[in-house]
Amino acid sequence: MRLRVKDVEFSYRSVRVLNGVSMELAESEMLGIVGPNGTGKSTLIRCLNRILSPQKGTVLLDVWDIKKIRLIVQDIKKMSLMELARKIGYIPQTTSQVFPATVFDTILMGRRPHVGWRSSEKDTEKVLEMLRLLNIEEFAMRDINELSGGQQQKVFIARALTQEPDILLLDEPTSNLDIRHQLEVMDIIKNIIRKKGISAIVAIHDLNLAARYSDRVLMMNSGKIFAAGNPSSVLTPANIRDVYGVEADVTNNSDNGRPYIVPIRAVREDER
Amino acid sequence: MTASYETLTGGLTKSDEIKAEYKKFLGRKLLLILFSLVAITLIGAVAATLGAYPITIIEVYSILFRGLFHYPETTAEIVVWNLRLPRIIMAILAGIGLAIAGTMMQGILRNPLASPFTLGISSAAGFGAALAILTGLGIFVGEYLVIANAFFFSLIPTFVILGFTRYKRATPETMILAGIAMSFIFSAAISLLMFFAEPEAVKEAYFWMVGSLGRALWEDIAPVFTILLVCVSLLMWKSWDLNVIGAGDEIAQSLGVNVEQSRKSIMIIASLLTAGIISFTGTIGFIGLVSPHICRMLIGGDNRFLIPASGVVGAALLLAADTLARTVMAPIILPVGILTTTMGGPLFLYLLLRRTKEFW
Repeated sequence: MRLRVKDVEFSYRSVRVLNGVSMELAESEMLGIVGPNGTGKSTLIRCLNRILSPQKGTVLLDVWDIKKIRLIVQDIKKMSLMELARKIGYIPQTTSQVFPATVFDTILMGRRPHVGWRSSEKDTEKVLEMLRLLNIEEFAMRDINELSGGQQQKVFIARALTQEPDILLLDEPTSNLDIRHQLEVMDIIKNIIRKKGISAIVAIHDLNLAARYSDRVLMMNSGKIFAAGNPSSVLTPANIRDVYGVEADVTNNSDNGRPYIVPIRAVREDER
Repeated sequence: MTASYETLTGGLTKSDEIKAEYKKFLGRKLLLILFSLVAITLIGAVAATLGAYPITIIEVYSILFRGLFHYPETTAEIVVWNLRLPRIIMAILAGIGLAIAGTMMQGILRNPLASPFTLGISSAAGFGAALAILTGLGIFVGEYLVIANAFFFSLIPTFVILGFTRYKRATPETMILAGIAMSFIFSAAISLLMFFAEPEAVKEAYFWMVGSLGRALWEDIAPVFTILLVCVSLLMWKSWDLNVIGAGDEIAQSLGVNVEQSRKSIMIIASLLTAGIISFTGTIGFIGLVSPHICRMLIGGDNRFLIPASGVVGAALLLAADTLARTVMAPIILPVGILTTTMGGPLFLYLLLRRTKEFW
């Protein structure tokens, strides 16, 4: 296991958003989190890298202990932000970059947890490698604010990968993208996970993208985990009706054996 | 396999291209800094020749050189060393400090309108000085009480805002709004003081607030220089964190930066820097706002270069403004604070017109 979450509870002031969430993430696993708006997907993700601190419960990470030469389990609360930043990369939905920053410098930020004030030749090489890997070399010296949503998303993925983390957290990476960029971004994430042995947790609205790319799917409803397992066991008509209040057809995609969801209609309140 | 071979070779040349472009950009950043340094030396030399007592540039340089070995004796030497030089040096130090404080404030608040005075520092300093002047204490105890009082009061808003962040999170919005509130409170307090004061004292207090380099003495240079050196070193050390904070609080934290703590410490240092300068000069506006914007337009937002660049550009701007203020209506010497604000306004509008993107 890369990551274990035990009985996490989180409230914003008096509103309970996460209500006893437990989950695990395996090595090289892509875990999709689905669920209606306001159900705690983003909150859960932010509890995993201490952007938010859960009031109850623990988040445990496998950390390689250099002295003992073995993996030890560590509570993220006991790690420094720098240590944590070397383990977990985070990719937000959109940028809040106000001032100009080149794509190159934006990706270079990913070296912050590894180096001090000066960046070395090695860091430059890492940035160049990421530019190549994500095929965004032509934008390298452009201002990040000039890029389209899809291009920006690739830059953020590159920055997170430059951190050299074990785990990537992605908060709705496809929500602002056209269908071509949605597929491109998801393919990139999937390929990198395979290539680098990284694990990823992806909060995602699109059930078909979740079905197609996730190794496992976590379905959340009002701050709790409603169902977890492989895509075809979680994304069933019954579950979708219970959680989303939507009647849906689920067929099997003959290409990849993954479930394919066609939403039919919203179920009226009195029918639920 | 052929495809991957092609991307590999294609990639390598691409990488070299990017590296070359990056180096070129780096060169541009250094060029701006170098150019501003040259400008400062030139303007400084010209500034030393200007004034009621005529001295040529060559004389200035020889006086400066000779002055290194003995105390000024002739009138020309006294004029250059004791009157003009401290003023020029103060202009350079104040320009660097105000511009860098502005860059830092804009950076941590992620707000292009922030300046050293956004957090209410200037009105608080004005209140401190006015209090010393209007109660007459400044006259009895001496000029240094005015400076000390201005310095002391100018730090109050910062500490009030810091206290505030114990209850509210230290987000840019909270800090800016709290700063505006502090600004109003101290402005009101100044008005109240002035309402009850003698007209002569009001005039003096007003002159203080406008901001001028005319009061600069050699004795003032050392404390200002010390504050500048300490604060700027600390701020440069934080420059990469400032870049990361620019990408958003959550991103910065996910990259290992303790955002709220960094924001608070940068705010304290930038406030100290501002207070250390304006308690000697009075409030000089617009240098802290305009310099970072000019530099961002020219060399982008990387704070590792933006901080020194906007410092030297600020110094060149303030020195040029003061030189103009001394000569434009000669023999009347205008306070430089009036000039920076009257020139700064239109200059800022021009910069806004020229911008092509959301930001520069």
